[in-house]
Amino acid sequence: MIAMEKEAGLTGFLVENVLKNYSGEYSPEIQREVDLLLRKHLRRPVIYVGTGTCGIAAGADATLKAARQYLETNQLEADLIEVGCVGLCSAEPLLDFQAPGKARVSFQKVSADKVDGILEECFHHHISGEHVLGQVASEAHELWPGIPLIQENPFFKKQHRILLFDCGEIAPASLDEYIARDGYKAFLKALMNYPPEEVCSIVEQSGLRGRGGGGFLTAVKWNNTRMSASDKKYIVCNADESDPGAYMDRALVEGNPFRLIEGISIAAYAIGAGKAYIYIRSEYNLAVKRLRDALAKAKEAGFLGENIFNSGFNLQIVLREGPGAFVCGEETALIKSIEGRRGMPRTKPPYPFEKGLFGKPTVVNNVETLTNVPLILLHGPHWFKSIGTRYSSGTKLFALTGDTVNTGLVEVPFGISLEEIIFEIGGGLKNGKILKAIQIGGPSGSLLPAAHSDVRIDYGIFEDQHLIMGSGGLVVMDDHTCILDMVKYFINFLQKESCGKCIPCREGTNRMYEILKMITTRPAQNEGHESLSRFQGVMQLENLAKVIKETSLCGLGKTAPNPVLSALEWFREEFEEHVFERKCRANVCRNLIEYVISAERCTGCLVCLKKCPYDAITGAAREPHLIIRDKCTNCGICYEVCKFSAIDII
Amino acid sequence: MTEIEAVLHSYQNRDREYLLPILQDIQRIKGFITTEVVVAVAAHLKIPTSKVYAVASFYDQFRFVPFAKYQIKVCNGTGCHIEGSNALFEELKKQLEPKNGNQFKSDLFSLEQVQCLGACGNAPVMKINEIFYTSVTPEMAAGLLSSIKAQEEIQ
Repeated sequence: MIAMEKEAGLTGFLVENVLKNYSGEYSPEIQREVDLLLRKHLRRPVIYVGTGTCGIAAGADATLKAARQYLETNQLEADLIEVGCVGLCSAEPLLDFQAPGKARVSFQKVSADKVDGILEECFHHHISGEHVLGQVASEAHELWPGIPLIQENPFFKKQHRILLFDCGEIAPASLDEYIARDGYKAFLKALMNYPPEEVCSIVEQSGLRGRGGGGFLTAVKWNNTRMSASDKKYIVCNADESDPGAYMDRALVEGNPFRLIEGISIAAYAIGAGKAYIYIRSEYNLAVKRLRDALAKAKEAGFLGENIFNSGFNLQIVLREGPGAFVCGEETALIKSIEGRRGMPRTKPPYPFEKGLFGKPTVVNNVETLTNVPLILLHGPHWFKSIGTRYSSGTKLFALTGDTVNTGLVEVPFGISLEEIIFEIGGGLKNGKILKAIQIGGPSGSLLPAAHSDVRIDYGIFEDQHLIMGSGGLVVMDDHTCILDMVKYFINFLQKESCGKCIPCREGTNRMYEILKMITTRPAQNEGHESLSRFQGVMQLENLAKVIKETSLCGLGKTAPNPVLSALEWFREEFEEHVFERKCRANVCRNLIEYVISAERCTGCLVCLKKCPYDAITGAAREPHLIIRDKCTNCGICYEVCKFSAIDII
Repeated sequence: MTEIEAVLHSYQNRDREYLLPILQDIQRIKGFITTEVVVAVAAHLKIPTSKVYAVASFYDQFRFVPFAKYQIKVCNGTGCHIEGSNALFEELKKQLEPKNGNQFKSDLFSLEQVQCLGACGNAPVMKINEIFYTSVTPEMAAGLLSSIKAQEEIQ
């Protein structure tokens, strides 16, 4: 709240005294302002509530309201700040408390009804430990006794958070806080000290690769665009994150929109673009709003517009809401969409750096890639290269979802193994179940069996092993997951999202889906044509997948068969079980079989009738029972409890 | 000036690139895109009506029928799929099916499975209008529906 009141005059003050002060040594007066913004020193207690989309989904709005109510009722003075997501979504809603001079304490699963109790303890300086996630150790603050350090929490311990380090700490709407945290220093440094080619060369030295999926070297794109002679050039930020189960970009934008804007500004300067577009998924209401506010503030403070800081560099950033098409993640399709056309990919070459948006040279970069850029310029390419592996420098964000204990957003250095992510950061599988498979890289990524979970995250290794890094979806499946059901789910998604331009993709994904549907449901009869076509289906599936892969134009079609191919490679026996034995070992494909009671063998003992959890069996004592088709869920309990083997599977 | 005319008026630059923002603005106000909207936008941008419709129908965001009072969106992202969003969807469908001849007014409820809502950590997730519900079991969903139905005085 303090920051908000001062917003008007403070930004200008900070730009003059902090941003333009290259020595990094401030007078005591300025240092005090900076420390206040960094919350090293507090005038009064601060309450943080994580209100990213995931937090709001878990009820953070009510938590925030309850906290406000508590302060009003008890007439307490404190700042209530809305922050982005720290990444531990399974512990949401999160509420943090920081008293002057004391370390900040995080509380987890703080639903509205728990707020009063927790704040009561905090304001009385006695934290009992209930709902505590941990406290943040820092030099400036005294630790609370008996509360574990958040840095020691296994979820955070193995992470290397360079992009997420201030998400959940910084108020996303505050440009002042961003400047106090070295924000815009990199941009100003580039603008004042480096010619564009130097910026490109720094990014080249850092080895930064595009985080959108392809892992293409960012500097190559930039250099090609920079060197092409054209009066107009564009930079496009791809924030159209449409992989189901992935939300890295959303969290970055919601947590700290200014860093993305700074990254775009640096990229625009490096390639000589005067106009940038951010293409963001329209469903991301909160991210769109935060970005829009941040753009307005950056413009007001002079970071955008004409002749920025008297450098002669102009930049306008336009926000475009992507109206929902998975294929628009492909760069040529995205460009078409911005131009106001159907988002359909085209053949390359010409590449976007030759002929992109409105026919002009264009760089398309992903949110995560661009967010790395200010850090690379600020700390130097060697710092960035020191993180990760030789081939892949830096960190990668993953949205860890599925059956692990901890789910959420994790940032890990390249070189870490999937095993470490799942078992150490993710805390292993829920309810002590066994790891069966991992899907990495979104719907068109690869399925990996548990035995291969030792693979290391690295663009080189992934390429060698024909795996897809994708944008960062990481889905963990336990042994209660049916592989065919998952593959069917992915293929259904892809066949719906195919833009329809190329026949192999449009028709092929549809056929793959039909085959998968056929082998996961019961045939009307077990003989003749239908049975043959089921059998044929599994024979043809691999062939079909290969044809789609080889003959499609864009990334969507080329990668769409991946789930089928990788599932056939590692889980072929499950396909065969479904086809030949009509058995689903995870008991997910319940339509594969049907139970019927044999009127001859049924003695009318009533056991199955009583045990059926769905009341799907009728009949009287000593008379043959009957299963009511519409109510039966094929759970198989009647089959197990029948002592007379009177239940048949058909 | 009608609402649509007001939107069009705010776009004095008639480049093709404003087609999607214009449609989005109109949908934000009207809730859906009508034939009149398509014709008016085409005239404003001086492009064929068929092209406007082609673009609008390509993207998931644009609707051509009005919204129901309670829009139920069940997330079918990967995380939610694994955690049983299909069972949740089936239950809701069952609950909304006409029973004993009593049919809901079609403008009261709409039910759809949607792509990832981005709250995978608390799967399965559903949304009724703008309110999120997390870790929803079929029983919870049925309870939610019956409280809404009670509110609307429908048996």
